[in-house]
Formats: sequence, structure tokens, C-alpha cells
Amino acid sequence: MDTLISLADGFAIALTWQNLLLALLGCFLGTIMGALPGLGPSNGVAILIPLAFTLGLGATPSLILLTSVYYGAMYGGRISSILLNIPGDEPAMMTCLDGHPMAKNGMAGQALSLSGIASFVGAFFATWGLIFLAPQLVKIALLFGPAEYFALFALAFMTLGGVSSTNQAKSAFAAALGLGLAMIGVDTQTGVPRFTFGEVHLYDGLDFLVAIVGLFALSEVFIFLEHRHGDANGSADKIQVGRLTPPLSMLKQTTPTMIRSTALGFVAGVLPGAGASLGSFISYAFEKRLVDSEGKTFGKGDPRGVAAPEAGNNAAAGGALVPMLALGVPGSGTTAVLLAVLLSLNITPGPLLFSQNPDVVWGLIAALFIANIMLLAMNIPMIGLFTRVLMVPPRILMPIVAMVSFVGIYGISGSSFDLLVMIGFGVMGWVLRKLDVPLVPIILGTLLGNSMENNLRRAISIDNGDWMTLIDSPLSITLWLIAIIGFILPLIIGRKVKTKMHSSRDEEGAISD
Amino acid sequence: MIIKATRLTLAAALLGASTFGAFADGFTLENPECIAPANPGGGWDFTCRQVGKSMQDLGLLDKTLQVVNLAGGGGGVAFAEVVNKRSDDDNLIVAASSATATRLAQGAFPGNTMDQVRWLASVGADYGVIAVAADSDIADLPALLEMIKTDSTSVSVAGGSAVGGWDHLKVLIAADAYGVEDVRTVKYIAFDGGGEAVTQLLAGSVQAFTGDLSEAKGFVDSGDIRVIAVLAPERLAGEFADFPTAREQGVDAIGANWRGFYAPGDMSDEAYDTWVSKIGALYASDEWKNIMTNNGLAPLDLQGPEFEAFVADNVAQIQKISKEIGILR
Repeated sequence: MDTLISLADGFAIALTWQNLLLALLGCFLGTIMGALPGLGPSNGVAILIPLAFTLGLGATPSLILLTSVYYGAMYGGRISSILLNIPGDEPAMMTCLDGHPMAKNGMAGQALSLSGIASFVGAFFATWGLIFLAPQLVKIALLFGPAEYFALFALAFMTLGGVSSTNQAKSAFAAALGLGLAMIGVDTQTGVPRFTFGEVHLYDGLDFLVAIVGLFALSEVFIFLEHRHGDANGSADKIQVGRLTPPLSMLKQTTPTMIRSTALGFVAGVLPGAGASLGSFISYAFEKRLVDSEGKTFGKGDPRGVAAPEAGNNAAAGGALVPMLALGVPGSGTTAVLLAVLLSLNITPGPLLFSQNPDVVWGLIAALFIANIMLLAMNIPMIGLFTRVLMVPPRILMPIVAMVSFVGIYGISGSSFDLLVMIGFGVMGWVLRKLDVPLVPIILGTLLGNSMENNLRRAISIDNGDWMTLIDSPLSITLWLIAIIGFILPLIIGRKVKTKMHSSRDEEGAISD
Repeated sequence: MIIKATRLTLAAALLGASTFGAFADGFTLENPECIAPANPGGGWDFTCRQVGKSMQDLGLLDKTLQVVNLAGGGGGVAFAEVVNKRSDDDNLIVAASSATATRLAQGAFPGNTMDQVRWLASVGADYGVIAVAADSDIADLPALLEMIKTDSTSVSVAGGSAVGGWDHLKVLIAADAYGVEDVRTVKYIAFDGGGEAVTQLLAGSVQAFTGDLSEAKGFVDSGDIRVIAVLAPERLAGEFADFPTAREQGVDAIGANWRGFYAPGDMSDEAYDTWVSKIGALYASDEWKNIMTNNGLAPLDLQGPEFEAFVADNVAQIQKISKEIGILR
């Protein structure tokens, strides 16, 4: 009951004209930033910090503005995934897999509105989770030592096979490539530079935003250039928008998916360092295993393949606020930025935040609800507008994509070296698409590779080189069992259905088409 | 749409209003800019943004201090950019800390040295702490160091910097002062930032934590962790007065993470003096004192040549330790 009273107080703080306007502004800007390839939630929030300070906003209004941007960007990322097959930010990567095929099947409007609803469900229930479970969830985070983290990351990679490709070997190759790329940079455990060739820009490793924009956006441009000699605006590329709202049967079909994915995504978000990308990835992988173990519909425009990652990543976004508020440990890049904002507003997040600054915490939580409802209300009518993008002929769209990619990356890092790296990734993406190698595992490898390696080495050095430490807690044993089952099961099932499916699968493979 | 247009006009008006006003000093800063050599969310980012905000609040700057995040190479990318491309920019300052000095000392910025830039002023220092979980058996610093001395494999110390980084060096300084023969055997586990390291201390994965007072503060207040030593010359003021220093426990170890700024090497003397006086005025203000108290920052009041000499000493000291422990040959 106390919780509900505090929440009501929070709404009393948040529901002023100024705060509502700030939330609206934040949602609008966040959606646009999320949709632009390159600009993600963490940059979006960082860009608006000066605005919050310049306007002289207090703690609660600043947080309302910035968390609206955060949630808005999580919503917006899906738009370019579905329409262009270019993820707007890292967590939206998984939405490409089924979202873009849906758009190609003439269901772009439905994919956008369904993903909007899934985002709402994920974020809405995650916010309730944040309210009621925050203290308990912190205890879950404390169960995870380095060994358990390593098992969790291993689980993510072992269930990778077949997620984005029907060819396990190509997925494994792509993941290995990604892990290899993650090794570039100064090794944080020993301070020794690896594969940097004395180039100071490589000391911090490759920025995965640069990798994503290069692999997805630029390679799309290269593919277009290659086909340019033919009919660039040919009828094959014409995409029908279709109806704008999903039929009730589709909502009914995806409801269990959304619920499962929300729970999974939320837990992934709570773990510091795992974040929204892992949330959307695990949600998608799990859902595919559960409802489509034979690989018949996922990857070809299954609405459940759109609902799962969107509910998952938005739930993870809410979950990531738990360790940030309750421990002062950011669960993702964006929450790290929010943490810095809190600190510069003289608020110390941590175990005592809820008792010392209740107005800030509950105002923030109320703002999350308000932002979430605004985003749903704003996104559904705007779908018609978004889908116009599909009407733009590729000869106009592609140069814009290229321009946005370059401006976006240069705007973030201010370094021309990153532009060269991005072009390198673009060429690599083009070659890999030709070879039908899926691109998603590469990003996952670069994204998670360092954390996975560091946690392995931390676990081993804490136990003085004893490898058995990896399986000495019930939690890590459970994680390993799930990982092994997830790895072996598709091999057995896959063999059974392989002959059946063989002919229809040949043209599948890379996420392009 | 009407609401949106109104709002944008409002925002534009507010932004525009801040560009008017008079300048106090002889030199005029056109577009003051602060480079935070890391991604948003870290200590350097905090230094830039907090200083920028406070300067504007106090009227020391008429325009917003533009914060640019130029991450890479642990500050090396920003250092190289300032030295190679913007060495005569009068409007630019860059956030720095002990981590910058550590990397300069260990030659981790290839081809760059500390005399290629001008050191402006400090804005405070974060004293190092060594802490254990609240329910730990380890009573005080000598007890912890004795355990390391007898069997270094029995204690894992977690910190937020890489091996050879400042958090690591702090615990080595203490071990060295206690008389641990080969400090290289001290088991140090590197995490991504002090927050993660503290979490692992609470989770029981490691036995001790080395970091800055500001990183540990929230957990000390809540009673989750216990500070067994602060690496300051004497006890700190206010709410931190309860923490024993390493020195009073017979371990002569001091480690402070200073925070401050440097400027391009060819900055004009007028601009340099203007920046030094502005940061000095900020440091002297009551508002900044409050921020220091709230964030566990201890006094370190150095400007201009004094600060330059301090950084030089710091670099030399770190070089000496790094050679002793074999990180630097």
C-alpha cells in the first residue's frame, strides 16, 4: 500500500504542464533519434543534457525529459529496422529479422503498430516490475559473480545457431568473427594493447555503433549500387504498406509472446552489463525455440518474431533502471549517462536513494508511465507517416542513408578514423551478404565478446587458475545446462526436418533477403 | 502541431536569452568548449559537465560550456587531437585526472608527453579508499595486508581500473608500505568501473575493494561496506571523519585521484590566465564547496604553475612505482 501512495505522490509531482511538455518533447525527439541509424538512446540522452541544464531544470524535470528520450529511442529503433532493414540502434537489431520480411510482404503498417504495442507492453510491465521488485531484484544481481556472467554470455552464444540463419556453421563463423573483432583494443585485465598496430584510435576497441552502421546501412547502399545497372526502381522493390493496424487475431497470437519476452527482457536488463541488446536477443532466441523449433516461419515475417524482441528490449530498458537506481551501477550505456546526470544534480543513486530522495524516484517512475502512454499514442497515428519512407525510391533513399550514416557517426565520435572503419565494415558486410553469412552474430560477438572474456578471466584468477570455479554454483550449473540443451536440441531437430525443408530454404540465409 | 511549434519557439527564446550579457575579463571566450576524453557517464564527463554548469550558474561564463565527448585510448585520442590539431585553440579545455597522469607516466599515449599541453588548475581530489564488506572478518588494514603477505592467493582485491591503472597502483602502494616483499603477487581483479567492483564485493566474489571515496560513498552510507583505510595524509572532514587513515594504522600510504584540466600547448597567455582565474574563482565559490562535499571530493587547490609542478611530480612518482612493480621497464 505504501508503494501505491508513493506512486500517487510521484504522479502529483510529474503531472504539471511543464513536465508533461517536457515528456512530450522527450518522446518526440527520442523516437526520431532512435530511428536514425547511429544515434541511439545513450547519445540521444547525452545530446539533451546541455538543453536540460540550459533551461535550468530541476532534478525531477530533467530526469523526466531524459528518461522520455530514453524510452522514446527504444521505441524509435524499430522503425528503420522494419522499413529499411537497418537497425536504428543496437537493441533493434533483432527486430530486422522478422520485421523487414513482414514489410516486404506488404505488412509494414502492421509490423510497425504491432511492434509499437509490444514495446508498450514490455515497457509498461517493466515499470511495474521496477516499482515492486526493485529491492528483491538487486539480490538477483548479487547472485551473479564473474563465473555466472560467463555462463550467461556462453548461453547467449550457444543458442545463437539458427537464430538468424538456417546454417549453423555460418552463424558460428559470424560469431567467431565478431568475437575476434572484440579482441581489438587495450586488454583491461593487463593493460596490454592487442591488434592495435600502434594506432591510438584502436586502443578502446571498435565502437559497435560504427560496426552496426557499417555492416547494415552502408552494405545496403553497396548492394544497391551493385544492382544499379538494372532497374533501380524496379517493381521488385516496391513495398506495399498494407493496413495500418494489426488484426485482432494477430494480437491474440502474439500476446503470450509479449508476456514471456517481457519477463525475460526485464531480468536481462536488471543484470548490470547485460542490457537491452541481450534482452531482445534472448527473447527472440527463446521465442523461436519455443514456438518455431523447426524454423518454418521465423525469419520470414512471423509477427511473433517482431513482438518478442520489441517487448524484450523495452522491458530490458526498464529493468536496467533497477541496478542504476538501487545500486548506482548502470546496467547499460544509457543508464550510465543517466547516472552521470543524477550525480551532477547532486543525487547519489544507491541503496539509500529510495529513502533519501523519494520525490525524485517516484517522480521518475510516474514519468516513465506517462512517457510510455504518450509514446503509444504518438506512435500509432504516426505509422502512416513513417511508412511513407517506403514510397521513396531507392535512388533517393540510398544516398540519404549513406549521408545519415556518415554524419551520424562523425557527429558521435568526431573522428574521421571511425568513418574509415565504418567503410571497412560496409565492404565487409557487402562481402558477407554475398556469402550468405548472417550479420547479427558478428554484432553480438563484438558487443558481448569483451564482457565474456573479462568475466572468464576474472573468475579464473579469483580462484587461482582453477577452471572448476565455472561450475561451482547452482546458478551457473543451471545456466550451463540451458546453454547445452539450447545448442544440441536444434541440431537433432534440425536434422529431422532438414530434408523436408531443404528446397524452400536455399535462398534463405543472410538477413538481407 | 501548434503545441509543438509553441514549445520550440519557447525553447529557442530561452536558448537565445543566454547568449546576451557582458564579459568580465580582458580576454573574451568565444565558444568555450570542454573535451571529456571518454564516453558520457564517466568521471571526466562529470568534471566537464559539472564545472560547466556551475560556472554558468555563477556567471563566470556567459555561454554554455559545450561538452564534447572524444573517447578513445583512455584519453589518448583526445590528447593527440589537442596536441596535433588544436594546439592554438584559446577556447578549449580538457578534463584530466590521475588516470591521465598514470597513462602519460607509463607511455600509454604513444609519442605524447605532459609538456605538450598547458596544465590549468585542479578542482579537487578523490582520496583512495580500501574497503571490505560490512560482515567481513577482516578488521583493519594491517589485517588485510597481513593476509596478503602470508598467502597472496587467499585475497582478491577488486578495483575499477585496468591492471597498472590508478586503482591497482593504490593497493600496491599500501602493500609496499606494509612490507609485502613482491607486490606483483597481489591478486588484483579489474572491473569496468568502481560500481561494478563494489557490486562484486557485496556479492562475495572478492574480499576487498580499492577505489575512490566517491565511488564507495553510497554503499558506506547504507552500511553495506566498511572502509578500513582512507589513503589521505590526515582524517577527512565532516561525515568522512570516522574513516581511519592508513597512516594512523602504521601503513604510510597516500593516494589521491586529483581532477583538473589541461589546455592546448600553444594557448595564448591571456586565454590561459583567463581560464586559470575562472577555474580558481569557481573553486573558491561556496557552490563548488557544496558539490565537493556532496561528492566526497577533498580539497586540492592548485592553479597555474603550481598545478603544473604538481602534475609533473605525480607523473614522476607513478613512473617510479610502475618501474618497481615491473609494469614499466
